[in-house]
Amino acid sequence: MNAIEIINISKTYKSKTKTITALNNISLEIKEGELFGLIGPDGAGKSSLFRILATVLLPDVGSAKILNYDVIKNFKNIRKLIGYMPGRFSLYQDLSVEENLKFFATIFETTIEENYDLISDIYKQIEPFKNRRAGKLSGGMKQKLALSCALIHKPKILLLDEPTTGVDPVSRKEFWEILKKLKSQGITILVSTPYMDEANLCDRIALIQNGKILDVDLPENIVNKFDKDIFSVASDNMFLLLNDLRNYSHTLSCFAFGDSHHLVIERNKADENLLIQYLSRHKNLSVKKIEPTIEDCFMQMLQSEN
Amino acid sequence: MKQLISFIQKEFYHILRDKRSLLILLGLPIVQLLLFGFAITTEVRNAKIVIFDNSKDLVTQQIISKIQHNKYFILDKTINHPNQIEDAFKEGKIRLAIIFQNNFQNDLLHNNKAQIQIIADATDPNQATTLINYISSIINDFQQDLYNQNKIPYTIKTEFRMLYNPQLKGAYSSVPGVMGMILLLISAMMTSISIVRERETGTMEVLLVSPMKPWFVVLSKVIPYFVISIINVITILLLSVFVLGMPIKGSILLLAFSTLLYIFCALSLGVLISTIADTQQAAMIISIIGLMLPVVMLSGYAFPIANMPELLQIISNVVPAKWYIIIVKSIMLKGLGFSDVFDELIILTFMTLVFLLISIKRFKVRL
Amino acid sequence: MTTPAEKDIVIKVENLTKRFGDFTAVNQISFEVNKGEIFGFLGANGAGKTTAMKMLIGILNPTSGKANVAGFDIYNQPEQIKRNIGYMSQKFSLYEDLTIAENINFFGGIYGLNDDEIKFKSEELLTKLNFHAIKNNLVSSLPLGWKQKLAFSLAIFHSPKIVFLDEPTSGVDPITRRQFWDLIYEASHNGITVFVTTHYMDEAEYCNRISIMVDGEIKALDSPKELKNNFQIDSIDDIFYLLARKAKRIE
Repeated sequence: MNAIEIINISKTYKSKTKTITALNNISLEIKEGELFGLIGPDGAGKSSLFRILATVLLPDVGSAKILNYDVIKNFKNIRKLIGYMPGRFSLYQDLSVEENLKFFATIFETTIEENYDLISDIYKQIEPFKNRRAGKLSGGMKQKLALSCALIHKPKILLLDEPTTGVDPVSRKEFWEILKKLKSQGITILVSTPYMDEANLCDRIALIQNGKILDVDLPENIVNKFDKDIFSVASDNMFLLLNDLRNYSHTLSCFAFGDSHHLVIERNKADENLLIQYLSRHKNLSVKKIEPTIEDCFMQMLQSEN
Repeated sequence: MKQLISFIQKEFYHILRDKRSLLILLGLPIVQLLLFGFAITTEVRNAKIVIFDNSKDLVTQQIISKIQHNKYFILDKTINHPNQIEDAFKEGKIRLAIIFQNNFQNDLLHNNKAQIQIIADATDPNQATTLINYISSIINDFQQDLYNQNKIPYTIKTEFRMLYNPQLKGAYSSVPGVMGMILLLISAMMTSISIVRERETGTMEVLLVSPMKPWFVVLSKVIPYFVISIINVITILLLSVFVLGMPIKGSILLLAFSTLLYIFCALSLGVLISTIADTQQAAMIISIIGLMLPVVMLSGYAFPIANMPELLQIISNVVPAKWYIIIVKSIMLKGLGFSDVFDELIILTFMTLVFLLISIKRFKVRL
Repeated sequence: MTTPAEKDIVIKVENLTKRFGDFTAVNQISFEVNKGEIFGFLGANGAGKTTAMKMLIGILNPTSGKANVAGFDIYNQPEQIKRNIGYMSQKFSLYEDLTIAENINFFGGIYGLNDDEIKFKSEELLTKLNFHAIKNNLVSSLPLGWKQKLAFSLAIFHSPKIVFLDEPTSGVDPITRRQFWDLIYEASHNGITVFVTTHYMDEAEYCNRISIMVDGEIKALDSPKELKNNFQIDSIDDIFYLLARKAKRIE
């Protein structure tokens, strides 16, 4: 059964000067118990989609269902079933950790004690600081507290809008480990992130840009569908190397990827030897044919879009 | 119910932990009142006066000498022509002019009645009132002495004129104005800001998604400021009565009732503003331009409504503070009763209902 | 650049410390940054990065220690430092309600360039960014990536010796993020020193050298390659995780 069904949803915002299409005919199905990632940069339309699913925003066109409840007609039923963490959700900075959690527990008609087992894993990590004001917590801690608040009423579905944005890598890893645990407890999780490297941690992902879904699949399938050749190239002078690679006749695109550059070319147009020959003026050159990452795929899709 | 209580508790945390705002909330009315109260000294010494004695008889000499011996007054000069009185005031040295009519002694002894005219510079209304009270008591004393000597009830009629500020606008009349302004400021501006803040920080989204009813959100925002407003009303009234010495002539119960009504009106305005404003700054600007300015300019607090251009007079009718200030003045200063302020109360009630209706219509269960 | 021996060092920090009350935000950090280098300044939230950066750009006084930025002392010459550095934070970018051309004129103006310089340089900038056709568009109408490009270009508009970038690519799409790094590479190639903080570990790899701060101290400092050799770990991500996990401090 599908936990979330999104059918042909569009949403535009109009201001005096311009019209922004936040969502352009989006359809998605998310299965029960899935950890589903909505991957895309800022402004791709992720937050609008989350707001529509959380029943706080109406779509212009299209419909969506959560556990068979319509997001427009049955919004009251849905609100009981979901735990929603909005993007840039900042809690009450002037309330302590415990006061925040207590407050959200009460407005969701429950208590911390009643659902402690569900949040205990996360909450234990922040419990030593329970008397500290939320405003004084680090980014990672804040997100853990926000997640605890979203979980406090035992929702069946978690909607987490960019929970790891601006959070340091360590806290991000911990956060994803928590999500995995929650998934194993049977909670359906829809999570959005601008960090491509987090895509592999999801069961399935949708890549979204400019209000359009570029692809929906298992992370490994997205990688397998990549129909170009991709090389990882490094040398002593990475700046010159980038220019040289971009000037190479078969190059479709070339971008820096950490300690190497990723060169994308049409299938079988070149191999390592040809490239080494072409780049002969570089010292300590290394050229390797590699498997693409999700980020490579996303970038390829972006480029073919344009 | 537990939700509501916990929500209200949270609001109080917000308010109590923001020490600076709390200080402003509770301190502003005190400062405002004291500014009005102590800018004006209630005791006046060595006030310079002029005397224009048309009669120049024994009785007027006696009275003048009594005044001269009083520590509160210094006789600046005796003048011989009525025109000089105004000149003396314009020089700004004197506070009071005393004018004895012709044949003062004659009138008093034969008709048992005589008249003194007293003109006061009322630019400082408190001082003018105080000085007139002193003069009156000196003349009363004199009258009493005469009575004790002769057992004939002579009456010296004193006629007062206030120069420059005939309505004696000042501390007394500023109290209703301060109340009208402070209550509006706290109730409307603070309420709207605190609702909009939830929207800005993203917490409103979560609140909307929660099973909590939207009007619970509104109610919990409104109640703390309701409480603070009541504390402020009590402070203002205590200060006015015990520090400024201002009487409450009418019914305290009626005053309390009207004030509650006005607070409700301001709170519903605050909720209304919160449905319009997107950011805390916007809420503040709307409150200041849409509420504070009209209160100061159009409510009759700073400028008499009667002196305004007709258009502004008409506009002033939609300013709730105008009606509240009329009510408070009527009750506190004039001692009028329920039937006298009935119309104003009805107008305020009507306004409150309109604000509430619009805000309920506009308050969204979605973003 | 005082003596020939120090010619190539543009930032020199010795035992720099900042305490707030009994809390030591930055604890005796020392490092040097060379001219034209891209220096990655990494650390978990609350490790003290922002505090350290604020001291280096002359807006926060250290408790103790020494630091010299662009040849000027951070205690005595903060004004000179400000004139010789560029700064771009993730929050601050540009005036959204001004046009591209107006933003360029404004920043040229506050950095004290004269009209001819501004005119010449803004032509150059518009050409480089390919913004000629849209120079009279409001900045608010630009895509985020373009805004950031413009913001970066303006941060180095006055040809500073060093440019400080505070998480410049947060939330930007992967292509724009790369294009942004292209600009950084180019700036570095032109001799501008780049001091950058980021949460993207792949971006750490683009730096010539990186430092990793944990609990107010620098726990590792070297080129990405050497770090990987020394730790016997083949990704910066994992090295960072290893070091930062030991953090005691929760700010």
